[in-house]
Order: sequence, then structure tokens, then C-alpha cells
Amino acid sequence: MAIWNIETPIEDKFRKKLCAGDSVSLSGVIYAARDAAHKRLADALKSGKALPFELKGQTIYYMGPTPARPGRVIGSCGPTTSGRMDAFTPTLLAAGLAVMIGKGERSAEVKEAIKKQRAVYFVTYGGAGALLAKTVRKAEVVAYPELGAEAIMRLEVEDFPVIVANDMHGGNLFEEQIAKYRRK
Amino acid sequence: MREIDVKEVTQAVARLAQKANFELGEDVLAALKKARERETSPIGQEALDRLLENAMLAKAESLPLCQDCGAAVVFLDIGQDVRLTSGDLYTAVAEGVRQGYQEGYLRKSMVAQPFSQRVNTGDNTPPVIHTEIVPGDKLKIGFMPKGGGAENMSRLVMLKPGAGEQGIIDAVTSAVKEAGGNPCPPLIIGLGIGATAEKAMQMAKKALLRPAGWPSSDPETAELERKVLERVNSLGIGPLGMGGAVTALAVHAESRPCHFASLPLAINLQCHSARHAEVVL
Repeated sequence: MAIWNIETPIEDKFRKKLCAGDSVSLSGVIYAARDAAHKRLADALKSGKALPFELKGQTIYYMGPTPARPGRVIGSCGPTTSGRMDAFTPTLLAAGLAVMIGKGERSAEVKEAIKKQRAVYFVTYGGAGALLAKTVRKAEVVAYPELGAEAIMRLEVEDFPVIVANDMHGGNLFEEQIAKYRRK
Repeated sequence: MREIDVKEVTQAVARLAQKANFELGEDVLAALKKARERETSPIGQEALDRLLENAMLAKAESLPLCQDCGAAVVFLDIGQDVRLTSGDLYTAVAEGVRQGYQEGYLRKSMVAQPFSQRVNTGDNTPPVIHTEIVPGDKLKIGFMPKGGGAENMSRLVMLKPGAGEQGIIDAVTSAVKEAGGNPCPPLIIGLGIGATAEKAMQMAKKALLRPAGWPSSDPETAELERKVLERVNSLGIGPLGMGGAVTALAVHAESRPCHFASLPLAINLQCHSARHAEVVL
């Protein structure tokens, strides 16, 4: 299980090296979007409308932060359950999305789409929102401000810690690790 | 008759909302540290280290432990010799939630019209309030910010009466297994056994308020808690579902008599960020 320092956007030549279980320290731009924003993005793609940001090659983080206190960049900002985004994910991957960050397992359809579109799914530490806030250098709302905590945000992160959960070769962190520790 | 001004209730709820979201209780911290000692998976150990670090940071900087500051679940144990004055009790509690979430820069996650518009109410109201009348002249307020990820994995199972202890262990194990990493393990598993469907779920929720790892006062129920915990921790799900020896920190069960045709089992899962705060007025 390798350890990587990677800048976003993560190109295919790097994505293909990533294997389930690898630790990655991410730096660069990622976009925060959760349930309501996903529905809007998928609807826009379906009706052929322009997206509020260039999706191709980008990273989406399933997250809705707490409000920033005055003088702070962001509030707590840990991952939300990825499975709720599963219905929209294959559409977004087909439109060029390359990297996802969240928590928990994905559906069979999403895992298949990750292989097909040569994408990668990372998990980060659920319930460590205060700690993860330390890695965010800049945060701004770029779309759907009316959604409040569910608006799409552009984040600049430095050494944001993630673990490869599903890689493009079919590797699956959850299956591999849980099997190791299961007792009959 | 002792009089309590509902303004005191508002102030208390506003304080509890922030305290609960910034400070993990000593009981939960101790349970997480014990889990760190028992955990054998390197990824699981790393996850637990980060969660402990997160708790220290959140408290030191008054940052929410988790970005999901929860639905506001409020437990009111009202002494029968208390008279509440100067306004409506439930309005006072809601006002406390509004003030606490505003002042504490907590995330407001409540939406109105759950199956249609889903517009954010803007102040994390309304709270969910559970009221019990108890002996005495005190008012106890318990505040639990309940995150959506763990709550979504709740389950009500109406078991056949003959299913017995094994039926309960199997049903809980299946619920935890299917939930995987979604509810943010290591979990505290709240169980309500017996009574009726709605009461069982309320018992399961209230059991989560018990200090982490405190066994039931009923020896038979405490024995069941041990068996469920042992079985759940054999699943290998581990911290945050990334594999490991510790899937649950504790099982808290409450049991009550029920109809002879029934065996209700309510399962309410609590994430590792088991936040709750209490005060007695």
C-alpha cells in the first residue's frame, strides 16, 4: 500500500497507478457538492445545459460544511455518505468527472463506471471535520448559493488526507480489508 | 410546586447545543482510546488516531466535531412538581436550538416539506422533543445532535416472539453489516426491545444517552448487550468501515414487557461522534 503526494487535477497517468488501500495526500482544487447539487448537475447534463464549472478531469468532494466563523476559511468539513450520490454518479463520470471523495461504499453500477471511465474513488475520515478544515486554504461558493450548506464550493486544499477505496482496476478497499479482519 | 421560567430552558438548550457539538464526552473519549488499544488494523488505528486528534482540536477551537451538527433531539424529563412559567415550553426549546445553532456557527440541516420542496428551515428547527413526566421538582434537559448518516441506518424489526435472543443478535448483526462504513463506525448501538413499535424506537434512541459502555441495570439485558457486541465486532467492518477489530464501541439496550404475539426490536445507530450533553434545572 503506497503513499502518494498528488496535485489535482489528477491526470489519467497518475490515476492508473493508484490502488485500493494507498494513502494519498492531495493538494490543489477540489469541488464540494452533495445531494441537492448532484441532482441539479445531473438534471443540467440530461437537458444539455452548461454546468456551472468545468467537470472534465475534476474532483468532487461529498461535503457540506458548517458556516465559517469570522476570520476563518471554512467551518468543519468532513465527508458525507457517498452512497446517496450513486444514482447520479455514472452520469457525472460519463461527463468527465475523474475523482470522488466521500465515505462508505459505492453501488455496483458506480464501481463499474469507475472502471469504465478510468476514475478513482477516495475516502477520507468521516467525523473528523474539524481536523480536515485545517487543510483548506481557500473556499468559495461557485454555484447554487441558494442551497446554503449544499451549494457547490471550490476549495483549495493542501495535504488533504484520503485513502483509495475503489481504483480503476477493480480494487476495493472495503472488501479487501473487511475480509482480513472478519472472524467466523 | 417549583416554578421554572421557560427563558432558562431557552438559554440551557442554546448552551447544550454548542457544548454537545464542540466537546466529545469523557466517556466517549475513553471508549475511543480503548478501541485504539484493541484495534489491530493499521488503517483502523490511523483512523482512530485522527478521530481523537479531531476531538481535541474541536474542543480547543470551538469547531464542530463533525460538519453534520445533526437534527436537534431534545429529551425533557419534567418533574411532576415543576410549573413552567412565562411561555410555551416547546417554543422555548425551539428558540434555544435557533440561538445555539446561530451563535455556535453550527450547520443547519433541517428541511421543510420532506417529500417535496425540501427547503432548509434556516435555523435547524424544529427540534424533535421527547417528554417524560418523572417524580420530583427538577427539569432535566438532554441534547443529542443526531447525524443523518447514522440515523439513515436505523431499523425496526417486528420479530416473531420465538426468535428470542438469537433472533435479536442476528437482526442487529445484519443491520450493522449492511450499514458498513455509512454510519461512521465504531458505533454505539442503541436497542429498544419490547413495548410497541413506536415506543421501542424511542427506547433505542434514549439508550444512546447512557454513558458509553455502561451496561444495562438488568443483568439479562446486560448479558445480551455483551453478546451482540461480541458478534458485531466479529464482522471486521472496523473504524469507518475500512476493516478492523472494532466495529462498535458499545451496545446499549433497553427492554420492556410486550404483547405475547410480538417481539419489537428497534435499532438506532450512533456514529463514533456520540455527542450528547445534559443539564438539570
